[in-house]
Amino acid sequence: MLVQAVGKGQGYLGQGLGLAEFFSVLYFHELKYDPQDPHAKNRDRFYMSTGHYSIALWAVLAEIGYIPKDMLPTYGADESPLEMSTIEGRVPGVEMTGGSLGHGLGIAVGAALGLRLKGSQSRVFVETSDGELQEGSTWEAATAAAAFKCDNLVAFLDCNGIQADGMLVVPIEPVADKWRAFGWDVFEIDGNSLEQLVGAMQWARATRGKPKMVVMRTKPGKGIARLEAREQAHFIRVDADEWDLISRELEQENA
Amino acid sequence: MPKGQTLGMGELETVENRPFETAPFAKGAIAANEKRDDIVVLTADLGKYTDVYPFRDRFPDRFYNVGMAEQALVTVAAGLSRTGWTAYCTTYGAFATRRAHDFLAIACAHGGANVKMFAGNPGLTTGYGGTHQAIEDLALMRAVPDMTVIDPCDATEMRQIAEQAGEIDGTVYCRLLRGNVPVVFDPATYKFELGKAKRFGDGADIGFISTGFMTERCLDAARDLARMGVKASVLHCATIKPFDRDGVAEFAASVDKVVTAENHVLIGGLTSVVLDALQEASILKPMLKIGIPDRFIECGSIPYLQNKYGLTAERVRDSVADWLGVRAEAAE
Repeated sequence: MLVQAVGKGQGYLGQGLGLAEFFSVLYFHELKYDPQDPHAKNRDRFYMSTGHYSIALWAVLAEIGYIPKDMLPTYGADESPLEMSTIEGRVPGVEMTGGSLGHGLGIAVGAALGLRLKGSQSRVFVETSDGELQEGSTWEAATAAAAFKCDNLVAFLDCNGIQADGMLVVPIEPVADKWRAFGWDVFEIDGNSLEQLVGAMQWARATRGKPKMVVMRTKPGKGIARLEAREQAHFIRVDADEWDLISRELEQENA
Repeated sequence: MPKGQTLGMGELETVENRPFETAPFAKGAIAANEKRDDIVVLTADLGKYTDVYPFRDRFPDRFYNVGMAEQALVTVAAGLSRTGWTAYCTTYGAFATRRAHDFLAIACAHGGANVKMFAGNPGLTTGYGGTHQAIEDLALMRAVPDMTVIDPCDATEMRQIAEQAGEIDGTVYCRLLRGNVPVVFDPATYKFELGKAKRFGDGADIGFISTGFMTERCLDAARDLARMGVKASVLHCATIKPFDRDGVAEFAASVDKVVTAENHVLIGGLTSVVLDALQEASILKPMLKIGIPDRFIECGSIPYLQNKYGLTAERVRDSVADWLGVRAEAAE
């Protein structure tokens, strides 16, 4: 992600880093996909509803080989397919266009119904965020998922506390209770804990009968103290002289 | 024009002076699934009023009612299409295009989703007022990239489109004629072709260019005008996008004067796209534009509203006769 942002000096680094552990566990522990064929029929589906989290998705798609790693520095550059927001069809492994918020959950419900109707064992994973819950379409989809008993659907809610205008401008708590009231099974975790993420995946596999929501409490900019301190920033700008400092911080943390 | 009563929800208009077919959409959708076996039908609490129950009864596991939630209707359909299904959606056009516009544009058209929206109550086919009358839906949908837009005329065309929609690539917005729908085109000979306008008659004094049920009105008006010595022909443009620009230009070039007629406001619909096509072909003809005025329309009985706003065959005939300065009474 840093490689992507350094060229521009900016990006959705806070959100991307905040979900780095989630993407790692999802793609390297849980999701079924064919590294040779992004369109494999029996793959699990992953819909990233918050399209501007693309910076994290590009990192993971490069890691699994859907895109070349040397493409990463073109993030957000003119004509680069690695856009600031996901566009379906431009990059292998992108299952939906995600820039307009409030689309992913409904699409995921439809995919869950479609796979079930085909008798497929594939599952549907969808990522959404606390800010995105302000979009009413989310709750239409939440109602439909429960009505149709989509238990092959697992949603992950990124509660990072920020949105474009700063800290969440309207409160969403008690968010877990809201999802329970909508007929979902809910599991709350620290979204930056690998162990808890793995535990949530096991829980989701073992739970039947209802759609499942994993509420993840995350820290924007997680892993880089300098960026964590800017947690109120929806869109992070990093000064040119800071990149070396950030790289060194990261190396020290991983030493 | 005697005043009437707004129909109750579910009350069907009677069809006079023409054969009619009930629920042609459902028949077409059932035939499509019998052939393709990949159709799912979704509705948003308007199954009864968009003629989908016969499909539900025939294929109960292929039907989803998401409740009054048009955004869910469209996104769930988009998800079903991503897992290999051809998703037919029904609701009223006003709700589809106003409330779920972003979802039709981005979740569907942007990715070429195999979603076919059949939208009821087009223009003045309901007496429920501005909230329910989709009078600007063609303009809203035509402006969306990669969206196919269709306004069928009658039961024959409605049934054929429902039967063929799965063969049209990507996302389709089609106006839905429900209930007792007049049969204007002979099912034995008429064949809907996407993007192809159909000419009726060879009169060259007046060329009607029409879409949707206005083609029926124009055909009737042309017959009356013939008795008044005015020779007219009609070009039916069921497909608004992709538009048959060449066919329209050729037709307009072959007549003295042009009359456009649409069950839609005169902003962004058929008339706009006809003007566009004629300008591109450097064709300038005297033109009369018949459509819904730029205002929200009140509640009322359907015949009353259609007469008041100039959408009946008689009103079309009289508008053209006035425009030409010929005596309308001669037809009576």
